[in-house]
Amino acid sequence: MSFRRPSILPGFGLTLGYTLVYLTAIVLLPVALLILRSSSLGLDGLWAIATEPRVLAALRISFGMSLAAAGINVVFGAIIAWVLARYEFPGRRLLDAVVDLPFALPTAVAGIALASLYAPSGWIGGPLSTLGWRIAYTPLGIGVALIFIGLPFIVRTVQPVIEELDADVEEASATLGATRAQTLLRVILPSLVPALLTGFALAFARGVGEYGSVIFLAGNLPYVSEIAPLLIVVKLEQFDYASATAIATLMLIVSFFILLVINLIQSWSRRRFGYV
Amino acid sequence: MSETSIEWVPEAGFVVPQKQRVRRIRTAVTTEGPVLRASLIGIAITFLALFLLLPLIVVFYEAFNHGLGAYFSALTEPDTRAAIGLTLLVSAFVVPLNVVFGLAAAWAIAKFQFPGKSFLITLIDLPFSVSPVVAGLIYVLMFGSNGLLGEWLQAHDIKVIFAVPGVVLATIFVTFPFVAREIIPLMETQGTVEEEAALTLGASGFSTFLRITLPNIKWALLYGVLLCNARAMGEFGAVSVVSGHIRGLTDTMPLHIEILYNEYNITAAFSVASVLALLALVTLVAKTVLEGVWGEELAGGSRRH
Amino acid sequence: MQIRVVDIVKQFDPRAKGPVLDQINLNVVGGELLALLGPSGSGKTTLLRIIAGLDQPTGGKVFFGEEDASGLRVQERRVGFVFQNYALFKHLTLEENIAFGLTVRDRATRPPKAEIRRRALELLDLVQLSGLGKRYPAQLSGGQRQRVALARALAVEPRVLLLDEPFGALDAKVRRDLRLWLRELHDRTGHTTLFVTHDQDEALELADRVAVLSQGRIEQIGSPDEIYDHPATAFVHGFIGESSALRVNAREGRLFIGDRPLSIPLREERPGWGRLFIRPQDVVIGEKGLSETGRPPIEAEVLSLWRSGPTRRAELALAGEAGRIEIDAPVATPLTPGEKVPLHFKRGTFYLETPAA
Repeated sequence: MSFRRPSILPGFGLTLGYTLVYLTAIVLLPVALLILRSSSLGLDGLWAIATEPRVLAALRISFGMSLAAAGINVVFGAIIAWVLARYEFPGRRLLDAVVDLPFALPTAVAGIALASLYAPSGWIGGPLSTLGWRIAYTPLGIGVALIFIGLPFIVRTVQPVIEELDADVEEASATLGATRAQTLLRVILPSLVPALLTGFALAFARGVGEYGSVIFLAGNLPYVSEIAPLLIVVKLEQFDYASATAIATLMLIVSFFILLVINLIQSWSRRRFGYV
Repeated sequence: MSETSIEWVPEAGFVVPQKQRVRRIRTAVTTEGPVLRASLIGIAITFLALFLLLPLIVVFYEAFNHGLGAYFSALTEPDTRAAIGLTLLVSAFVVPLNVVFGLAAAWAIAKFQFPGKSFLITLIDLPFSVSPVVAGLIYVLMFGSNGLLGEWLQAHDIKVIFAVPGVVLATIFVTFPFVAREIIPLMETQGTVEEEAALTLGASGFSTFLRITLPNIKWALLYGVLLCNARAMGEFGAVSVVSGHIRGLTDTMPLHIEILYNEYNITAAFSVASVLALLALVTLVAKTVLEGVWGEELAGGSRRH
Repeated sequence: MQIRVVDIVKQFDPRAKGPVLDQINLNVVGGELLALLGPSGSGKTTLLRIIAGLDQPTGGKVFFGEEDASGLRVQERRVGFVFQNYALFKHLTLEENIAFGLTVRDRATRPPKAEIRRRALELLDLVQLSGLGKRYPAQLSGGQRQRVALARALAVEPRVLLLDEPFGALDAKVRRDLRLWLRELHDRTGHTTLFVTHDQDEALELADRVAVLSQGRIEQIGSPDEIYDHPATAFVHGFIGESSALRVNAREGRLFIGDRPLSIPLREERPGWGRLFIRPQDVVIGEKGLSETGRPPIEAEVLSLWRSGPTRRAELALAGEAGRIEIDAPVATPLTPGEKVPLHFKRGTFYLETPAA
């Protein structure tokens, strides 16, 4: 196989060359350096840092809360995607635009806004605190911020799949005697599973790395409500580069792993169903 | 059973033709009963209002809570003005650089076949899956005083970390894929036929790009630029690690928001935040309008930010 | 089981000019294979969907045997419906696809698991896909998917079988094979079957009877022979097979092209203008100077000639306003464009348009 298919279009060498140089300078070299630095710690060193109680707690909180938030988002994201794709009602277009807000709103802005809403004196935190519930400055606050950040990943992954569903498949189900509920559960939901899993993984990956929106709402108490990215910042401020590097590497490995899982889901889905 | 309808929706004061996607007429067989439908719509509206809409509203509420005077004096305070200036400066560097990269990458990837193409796309997507804090950290490891180039930089008296260049670099990393992501899928679906036709008609390579390719992708490119810009101006985590939070010097708007908020200067914090929120709103409105005009092609690339 | 469609009217959009279906009456005899044939937009698919219960008619009734099915929901009608693009469940195996209709029944009427599996395997055999039960639809060819769709529809022991453009998405070769196979399957299982098609060859070759639809009305119902040889309306004649339509005048009990009378007999005596449909093989080029009526023959100018399989076709222009005609012109007959030749019409069908007052 030749390196490229013969084409009369010019500029292949120039554009690919520039792409590779820029990519290498901005992304690949710095990331490689991070991996190099952490490999100098050795597996033992990495393990020692990862199992420090404070690091372990931070990782557990980051992963646990991201999982929980992504789980909640799968349920509500699927409903929102369904409503936006299937129903006509006043305000649908506005709602559809609002879904992208977490993509566009800077995380720091989201962070202080959520903190102000869920603080004991806030619009939502106030009524909840009279019931004895506290969200801001507890691990629950992390969950709230991650729900905000992760929702569009689910909706925007599932919505196009719902829009592409063929009406005749649902009709076929009905002619075979299935009730609407059976059609929803046994025909439609299974065909959304690959998209739901992909959306879940994307939201989870984003949640694990999220920083800006969480720190204003979390309380940031070590061992209780301190997330892994914040711990990297803390370690950096203490000039503990080794620990910062180790935690970052662990998070990077997890990110790669999630990317791999997403690709596996998609190729599995393409093989089996003929679509993603 | 399908219909194509064109409806006219007034948008921001002027009238834009909205090409609606082909929607099936759904019969009673393929939809839910009114009760289930109403409750699903209710759940969706409540969830979106509670988690997305309310935070947006509270930003503007808190910003104007103490009147217009407090709002504008917060925005004209010298450190705030410096932060706004730095944010504009950073995005003035970052956006053009990423546009040039996006165009080059899209041209190579969409118009040519070569082995390793999908791996290259994965690498371009990489910054999406890296925590912003980690993005900042890798530049500290590269350029910080203990970093790889730290001694050399110090010897030549160049400051990258805790200075503007570091902020720019970290922002480039975080916004790296946006433009490329928007235009690669579109250019791939458009193929190479039009460019080849232009070349056979005697156009040069560069004028083919300017007069054929660019007009074909202009809306997607614009959308990519808007997203890239919104993220560049709003980036917090990565910038926070490399900037050093030097007031009036390396504080961008998001960092300044944090400082003001931590000083309990809530109104000022939300005033600055409201400017960024407005930028987000403009981006969203532009997206809705562009999608209305340009339709499906935009949707493909914009799922993963 | 017999299907009776009585006075079905369907109007999608009240502002539109005409209804999609306009007073349709149709009787499908038990065990019959009937084709609904028509151009796109003729309402044939809508009629099929109304019979299935997928669409609600604006008026009229549907009977299955003696039972009025109009009030039954689609789930209760027990029809086997095969969709144009098969509509298989992509996430289920073939076996699960076929068994779906049985597994969604409520506990009281649902057969035991082993029985469901036995039925699914039996149907896989019937559609000649034995051994592929664990495959997914994405792993099948178009023709195989079509057969799975049919097996799935048969699994619920439908009272009638409804097929919407069953061969529409297949290529020509597979289409022919499946057509023969479907005919055999029908003869073996004996389901009352109604299928929609826009392909006249398919309808004429496969069906016991054909109903030709146009603009929401049934133009003619009859056996393939009746439809082809005795088209009831000008539309049917124009739609089925090849023919040219000439503008002719009926008077004094005869047909005239200009002032030349034709020897084609008239079915009724009413005078007026109308269209005469003539198939290419029903015209011969006569010898010059002769005419069966003793008058000068009808002449036409050769416009163009082209090869068509074993024979040759010619397009000719008749004198006056009669129009153009396409005829079989044997290769042996010497013809050149521009030449004027006498035509003799062996057969044709006349449809009166505007009876003279």
